[in-house]
Amino acid sequence: MLLIHCPYCEEDRSELEFHGAGEAHIVRPHNMAEISDDEFAEYFFMRNNEKGVTWERWRHQRGCGRFFNAVRDTVSDRFLMTYKAGLPKQAVPSADAAQAIAEEKTVETYEATEGDAR
Amino acid sequence: MRKYSVFAIAREAMRAHKGWEQQWISPEPRSSYDVIIVGGGGHGLGAAYYLAKEHGITNVAVIEKGWLGGGNTGRNTTIIRSNYLYEESMDIFEHSLKLWEGLSQDLNYNVMYSPRGVMMLAHNTHDEQSFRRHVHANRLYGIDNEWMSAEAAKAYCPPLDISKTARYPITGAALQRRGGTARHDAVAWGYARGASDRGVHIIQNTEVTGIRRGPNGEVIGVDTSRGFIGANKVAVSASGHNSVVMDMAGVRVPLVSNPLQALVSEPLKPIFPCVVMSNTVHAYISQSDKGELVIGAGTDQYVSYSQTGGLQIITHTLDAICELFPMFRRVKMMRQWGGITDNTPDRSPIQGTTPVKNLFLNCGWGTGGFKATPGSAHLFAHLIARGEPHKLAAGLTLDRFRTGRLIDEAAAAAVAH
Repeated sequence: MLLIHCPYCEEDRSELEFHGAGEAHIVRPHNMAEISDDEFAEYFFMRNNEKGVTWERWRHQRGCGRFFNAVRDTVSDRFLMTYKAGLPKQAVPSADAAQAIAEEKTVETYEATEGDAR
Repeated sequence: MRKYSVFAIAREAMRAHKGWEQQWISPEPRSSYDVIIVGGGGHGLGAAYYLAKEHGITNVAVIEKGWLGGGNTGRNTTIIRSNYLYEESMDIFEHSLKLWEGLSQDLNYNVMYSPRGVMMLAHNTHDEQSFRRHVHANRLYGIDNEWMSAEAAKAYCPPLDISKTARYPITGAALQRRGGTARHDAVAWGYARGASDRGVHIIQNTEVTGIRRGPNGEVIGVDTSRGFIGANKVAVSASGHNSVVMDMAGVRVPLVSNPLQALVSEPLKPIFPCVVMSNTVHAYISQSDKGELVIGAGTDQYVSYSQTGGLQIITHTLDAICELFPMFRRVKMMRQWGGITDNTPDRSPIQGTTPVKNLFLNCGWGTGGFKATPGSAHLFAHLIARGEPHKLAAGLTLDRFRTGRLIDEAAAAAVAH
């Protein structure tokens, strides 16, 4: 199961709380009635389906409920970074930056919050 | 090729089994072929077999990145059925089922097709209505499918818990008696043996890294990890990697690759007589001839090429299995794996020509490609040889996503599509 960092809650939460919402940064044509069938097919059906780094939308469905974007590697399934919806497509973080993001993440464990350790 | 027969077994028994031939040869690739098939799974090997057998095209190479049947052909739950809702789907899956029935004889290779019946459980009124609709549609189209009561389902499959107090009460079931299972590896190996015998080159451990186009845009061959190989026609059948390969030719395809998991238990004595599927609680199960319970789990929600998946997906399925079949609660699971399925927006396959001349595509079989192997391969060979689709596959074109003529099995198919 994946651990996903919600950029709104600023917490790593289990994948069970999230809903994958497909490829990110697909722009809905503003002139829908005028575009050709090919353009509509490209917007509506065609996907990059990248092998490697991909940009995709997730929703913290069982948490804050908000959509956000993620940069993820589809070969290792590793999340490289997440960022808030509405921000432009982010550059792929360098290996060092991705490592730093991974290390700064917090995992809220039972022991830390209400378990025996407390 | 020496035929397999009872006499061959007797003959080899007399000489310490030293006379068995290699089932297929692995030759050095030629500089060019009439047809190159990308992907050595059941669909690709089968297409090569039917190209050689039925269309007389033997200057063919099947190029496989790994080993034969190491992708989704070896990673599925081997369920075979044809009880789909729409005519386009029924056409192709029923064509496939008919080929399954004679496949072992045709290939002289025991694919262990076992028509033990595929039973789909209904748990509520909606399920009942939906399955009855399927049953009627199938029967009107000449495909066997029948509705049965919960008691009749229990008689057909004794391990079922049909008590009223069950967590998922069973209100009835739809049964396709001709459905069943087959041995997945044998399908790939049998097609490979038959194709190799007719002169097809099977080239394993060779990855296609590019598709080369000529001055007029037509395909002229493929770049591989062993160099360039020319081809008059290139046919792509690479399951989860179809969009990666099509990207090399600059063709956009409406595919999303997701992991689909399955798992098997420790081997048990024969105990489970058929295939049981439940859409509502998401579980499907059968028992292999080795004795393992073969259990299909669900699809992960994200794009992935990792051939793994989340543990929560299989625990969810095992929850359901233990509720439906309480006798399996203490069975240990032995192995788990994931395959990468290429899913289309309407959950129906794509088989047809592409905007690139001499480039053919067979993709989008998603979570249900194994059952289609003979039918898909047979029709794909027709497409490659003639340059236009067989009438049974005429509706499966890539163009339907432009015209809007979708085959919406997404709403109609069962869980184990």
